[in-house]
Formats: sequence, structure tokens, C-alpha cells
Amino acid sequence: MSSSEVLDGEAEWNGGIMGQQKNLEGYVGFANLPNQVYRKSVKRGFEFTLMVVGESGLGKSTLINSLFLTDLYSPEYPGPSHRIKKTVQVEQSKVLVKEGGVHLLLTIVDTPGFGDAVDNSNCWQPVTDYIDSKFEDFLNAESRVNRRQMPDNRVHCCLYFIAPSGHGLKPLDIEFMKRLHEKVNIIPLIAKADTMTPEECQQFKRQIMKEIHEHKIKIYDFPETDDEEEMKMIRKIKDRLPLAVVGSNTIIEVDGKRVRGRQYPWGVAEVENGDHCDFTILRNMLIRTHMQDLKDVTNNVHYENYRSRKLAAVTYNGVDNNKNKGQLTKSPLAQMEEERREHVAKMNKMEQEMEQVFDMKVKEKLQKLKDSEVELQRRHEQMRKNLEAQYKELEEKRRQFEDEKTNWEIQQRILEQQKLEASRTMEKGKKKKIF
Amino acid sequence: MASTEIARQAGDGVRAVPLAGHVGFDSMPDQLVNKSVNRGFCFNILCVGETGLGKSTLMDTLFNTKFEGEPTQHNQPGVTLKSNTYELQESNVRLKLTVVNTVGFGDQINKEDSYKSIVEFIDAQFEAYLQEELKIKRTLHSYHDTRIHACLYFIAPTGHSLKSLDLVTMKKLDSKVNIVPIIAKSDAISKSELAKFKIKITSELVSNGVQIYQFPTDDESVAEINSTMNSHLPFAVVGSTEEVKIGNKMVKARQYPWGTVQVENENHCDFVKLREMLIRVNMEDLREQTHTRHYELYRRCKLEEMGFKDTDPDSKPFSLQETYEAKRNEFMGELQKKEEEMRQMFVQRVKEKEAELKEAEKELHEKFDRLKKLHQDEKKKLEDKKKSLDDEVNTFKQKKTAAELLQNQAQQAGGSTTLKRDKERKN
Repeated sequence: MSSSEVLDGEAEWNGGIMGQQKNLEGYVGFANLPNQVYRKSVKRGFEFTLMVVGESGLGKSTLINSLFLTDLYSPEYPGPSHRIKKTVQVEQSKVLVKEGGVHLLLTIVDTPGFGDAVDNSNCWQPVTDYIDSKFEDFLNAESRVNRRQMPDNRVHCCLYFIAPSGHGLKPLDIEFMKRLHEKVNIIPLIAKADTMTPEECQQFKRQIMKEIHEHKIKIYDFPETDDEEEMKMIRKIKDRLPLAVVGSNTIIEVDGKRVRGRQYPWGVAEVENGDHCDFTILRNMLIRTHMQDLKDVTNNVHYENYRSRKLAAVTYNGVDNNKNKGQLTKSPLAQMEEERREHVAKMNKMEQEMEQVFDMKVKEKLQKLKDSEVELQRRHEQMRKNLEAQYKELEEKRRQFEDEKTNWEIQQRILEQQKLEASRTMEKGKKKKIF
Repeated sequence: MASTEIARQAGDGVRAVPLAGHVGFDSMPDQLVNKSVNRGFCFNILCVGETGLGKSTLMDTLFNTKFEGEPTQHNQPGVTLKSNTYELQESNVRLKLTVVNTVGFGDQINKEDSYKSIVEFIDAQFEAYLQEELKIKRTLHSYHDTRIHACLYFIAPTGHSLKSLDLVTMKKLDSKVNIVPIIAKSDAISKSELAKFKIKITSELVSNGVQIYQFPTDDESVAEINSTMNSHLPFAVVGSTEEVKIGNKMVKARQYPWGTVQVENENHCDFVKLREMLIRVNMEDLREQTHTRHYELYRRCKLEEMGFKDTDPDSKPFSLQETYEAKRNEFMGELQKKEEEMRQMFVQRVKEKEAELKEAEKELHEKFDRLKKLHQDEKKKLEDKKKSLDDEVNTFKQKKTAAELLQNQAQQAGGSTTLKRDKERKN
């Protein structure tokens, strides 16, 4: 269920989950949508980039010409016998072909010199570099602020030509396919299939597929469909992998028919004869039924792999890239947002801590101050009391002294009195005596 | 053969080569179409209009099905958006349809902010898509697109002109979504009034610079019908899910005492035109416009807001990664600066507080020094008093001693006198 009531501008989506099934009670018209899509796609036109890789002389250019029924390479194009440089080049030719109102911008990427040197170590490097550079271009175009219609020059399919030795894959074949199977859709082909008998071919194919599985090489796989018929066809194709092909630029007359083929003293090997080779299967699969899927897989799988690896490497600069896988699903902007939030939280915490420490220290200091005040106060009190006691003592002493003094003075006075009296008496007596 | 975008893009440097036979890539459009049919289509409509203009009914009529919901009341405090998603199928085509309704639009007394929730909602969908697009690990091909592809703006059938709320809202929305204005409940307007009404509306839209969606005329197969239809905008529609028997058929209609308005009768209203244009002919274009125009505009604005910009318009391709890195460094620098500032502030505060406390300490000591001094003075006074007392005592003692001596002498003298007397007596 997905109906939901929400507030203030933000609707909540159970995005991706099924909505409620409703039955139409009459004509609406969106059944015409496929036609609208068809119309628009024709108006836009299509593009496709096909790469061919293999040693010289395996008939790559001939096969391309046979596939597209044209002389794709311009007359100035130097063939193997004319090639001067012996290092691996990557060359692209663009042609515009039209058929039935449909325009196709076809880019053929050639790799002259591949595997021709004596030391072929890293001869795949220019190829991987080329593929990556196309991904890079697309990524940059996609990442611009001002985006325009982006041309899709990414390599959609790579036809890898295996020499018809009859034994198995060469180390170079294995090495190349291992390096490229996660960057591009690889379709391995057995070249010049007319040099093998059907039995030899069968055995060769089985050997190759065995080795491909052994080395865990991922070649292009056909998508599953619900259609039983289609699935049957696909299974038949899968049985015949890798496809053994023959190409030809010459038209020969066979039984009154004009066919592409190779003329031998013992007969004509026909390109489009299903008994002679798998060319027709290749053409149908590559062009007529799975061209769009090849593009989709390139876009949804190979390109996304490149992109996520590239962006992950940048955003987590210096940080362990193999960290929490869940983080990779976030957009870098969201990542920055989160980092900002984390930092704000950290700052708040730090601020709080600092405040706490500050308050504590202040409290300590104040307490100390208070204590010292109390101490001083106490001492002062003590001194005062001391002084007071001394005062009291002094007072007491003075009092005593005063008392003593007063007593003595009184005594003295009494004595004086007595003396006076005594002297008076004596005087009296003396006087008496005299008489 | 007309030139295609690809041909134009390829330019002059590309050869066009003739084919010597049937290669078979003319099946490409079919391959593409098959894939999209298998994946299913998705379309999101937003209905904006005042309560009671028949938005839900029109949706039901348009898609020939009974969608959810009861009619809403007029007492909503603000504008909210309610969305529902449905799975529809017509022949072999599956459509995931989402209908978003504005609830409470136009009901408030103060309608200044009415458009805000709508704009926020549309932006939120763009934002969700942008976030997905910017993720490191993303699944765009299976992403459920929630962006609004078409906005049906319901105009009240006053017959006079657009309300200011309509103009304000449409102006805010025209750069974010494809606006298809329609005159709702148009069975309330007579034919002559309708023509005048349409002209008035169109001229008001033009004079206010509101850009409504125009049906595309660049594809020759539909150019003619689209341009004809463009001249009939805005469509005057009537919706109804009730059926009435006309002749021997049951048709969708509204029955009045004076006659029956048939929804699908092109003389009665433009419903059929709307359905044709919106669904049958231009649905894909509406989606494309949303993606290539409105979404790109949103994205551009958002990225520029965050400080990203293309280093050079054409030549050197700009690397998003480099900008992320630069942005991130800048951002980290800012954060560090803030941290430093905070630390400095604290150091400052600590210094200030320390100074304060020192002051207080000093005062305290001064106070006690003063007290001490007082105390000293007191002590001195006490000493003085003591001294003077001692002096007095000494003086007194001396006096006393002197007096006693005198007394003794006197006594001795007196004694001798007494002795003399006694002697005399005796004699």
C-alpha cells in the first residue's frame, strides 16, 4: 500500500514498492506510450561503439565489413601489410549509417599491433586506457554543472578474436580477457573458422569455454527474458559459444545466388551459411537483437563500476577505502553534509567540555579564595581575641593596682591620721608635763 | 530523410557510408521499446486547484478508474499534498501512475504561502533524484522516478479572469514543472463566454510572463496536431464518472434539467483534447521535458549554490572529483578555523577570569593587611598602656617603699622617743 497523507509539502514515498492495482474501465490512451518512445528514439538517432581486438591477420576488418555490409574503412586506411609502427595503437573510425529511417552513428575501434610484438607484456594497456578515458569523458560530461546532451562514446562491445589454433587459449588471450572483462562486454570469436572442420571447431570451442570458466572470465551474458521462445533461442546461442566466424569482402556466385564467401579450389565457404560458420548468429545477436542490451549493460554495470571506484577513491582521500561498505551508497554531497554535522556535534561537545572544565576551575579558585578568606578571618579573630584577653588582663592588673594603691593610700591616710593624733596627744602630754 | 540529433552531433567529420544490404540495426527502436515496455512506465501528475473544482473527478474520468479519496473539507489550516500511486495496465503497457493532490489550496484567508508547500514538494522530488544521481553506488536504472511530469492547474470557471492566487502560483511553478492550465467545471460557462475567457486567460498569462507547457511541434509526425491543440489552450473540461444513456450507448455525462453534458463530446468540452494531448500523444515528451529542462535547472541551481562551477564552458572538461576534493578541503579548513576560534575564545575567557580572580585575591589580601595594621596599632596602644601602668606601678612602689622607709624611720624615732619617755617616766 502506498497511499499516504503528509504535511507541508513533503510527500512520503514508498518508492519502488508497488502501487495499488487498478483496472481501467475504458479507453485511456497510454498504451500509445511505446509508440511515443519509438518516435522519439528515431528522431534522436542511435550510436554504438564496437571495439575489435586481435592479432594481425585474423580478418577483423573483413568481418566488420561483412557485418555492416559496407566498406567501413576508408580507402586511406592502411592494412596490416602497410602498417609501419609495431606498437599497439588504438584507432577509431566513425561512420554514419542509415537504414529504414534509423540513423546509427557507428564507431569502430581498432587495435592494430595488438599481440604482434615479440614481447607483448602490457599490450592490453593502451586498450584499457582507451576504455577508461571514454568512461572518464562521460563521467566528466555527466558531472558538469551545465550539462548538455551527452554523446555516448563509451565502448559498448569488444569482439575478441581468437586465432584458430585448434588447441586452446593462448596466455595472451587469457591475460587480455581477464583485464578487460570488468570494463567492457567481451564477445570472444574464433577467427577464420574456415580453417577448421566442424569437429575440430566443436572441440576447440569446448576447450576455450572450459578455460574461460577456469579463469573465471566473465564474457557477455545474455539477459533473461520471460519469453519462452526467446529463451530457447538464447540457449541455442549459448551452446555455440564462442562463435566461430568467417568474413569476406567478395561476392561470389553460388547456385545462382550472389553471396559473400571465400572461394577455394574445393568449394566456397559462405559467410551467411549457418552450416559453414556462426556469422549469422553473431550478426543477429550483435545488431538485430542485443545491441540495445549491450549499451545498457555498459551503462548500468561497467560504467557504474568505473564511476563508483573513481568517486570512492576521491571522496575518501586518505581514508581507508575499504571501510564500511554502506558509506559508498551516499552521495559525496550527502557525505560532506554528514561530515559537517558530525563536526558541529563534535564542536558542541568540545565546547561543553571546555565549559565544564572552565567552570570547575573557576569554582576551585573561588573555593580557594573563600578558604583563604576564612582562614585569614579566623586568624584575625584569634588575634583580636588574644588582644582582647590581654586588654582584660591589663584591665585586671590595673584594677588590682588601683585597689592596692587605694588601699595603701587609705592606710597611709589612717597612719597619717594616727600619727597626727599621736603627735597631738604627745603635744598634749608634753604640755601637761610642762605645767 | 530528416536529420537526426545524432547526425547533427556527429558533425561534418563523419562519413555517411552506404550499405550494400540489410544489416538489421533498424530494429534498434524496437529493441529500445521492448526494454521499456518490460521495465514499465511511470508518470506523475500534480493537480493544483481550489477545493471543489473537481480535481479528483477529473482524474477518475481521465484514467477511467475510481481512485481513492473522499472530498475534502474547506477548513484546512494550510496546503498539504496528498499522493497516491497506482498500477495501471492498458493492453501490454504497464503504467505506474502517481496522482498528487493539493489539499486545502485556496481555502485560507491569507493565501500568501499557499504556493510554498507545492514548490517544496516539487523540489523535494528533484532533490531525491539528485541525491540518487550523486551517490557513489547508485541504481539509477531501477530508480522509481517521483518527479512531477505534469501539473494540471485548475482554473475556477468565473468567466472573467484569473485570480491573483492563480497568477502568483503559476508564476512560481512555471520554471519547475510543466504547467497545463485547464478550466474546471466548464459546463458552467456558455460557449461565447468561454471563448472570451480563454482569450483573457491566455493574455493574462502572457502579460505576466507565465510559461505554460506547449505541445512540441518539432517532430513532424505530431507537429500539426500539436500546434492545432496549442491554440485551444487552456482546455475547458468537465469530469464525470456517472454514466447516462444517450441513444443506445452509455456515456460519461452530467445530467441537467436543460440537457446532458457529455464528457467525451468535443462540442461540449475539451476533455477529449486533454486526454489526447496529455496521455496519448505527449506523455513521453512531458517526461523528457521534466528531465532535461526542469530537473537540469534545479540541479544547476543546487550545485551552484553549493559552490560548484564548471571551470571552462567548453574546452577543458571539469572534473567533479577535483571539485569535491577542493570543496572538501575548503570545508575542512573552515571547520578547523572555527575550532581554532573557539579555542581562542576560551583562552581569552580563561585569561579574563584569571585576572578577575587575581583582583579579588589582591583585594582580599589588602583587606587583611589593613586589618593587620589596625591590629598592630591596637597592640601598640596596648603596649603603651601596659607600659604606662608599669610605670605607675613602679612609681607607686617607689613611693610606697619610700613611705615605708620613712615610717620605719619615724617608728624608730618614735620608738626612741617612746623609749625616752618611758625612760623619763621610769626616772
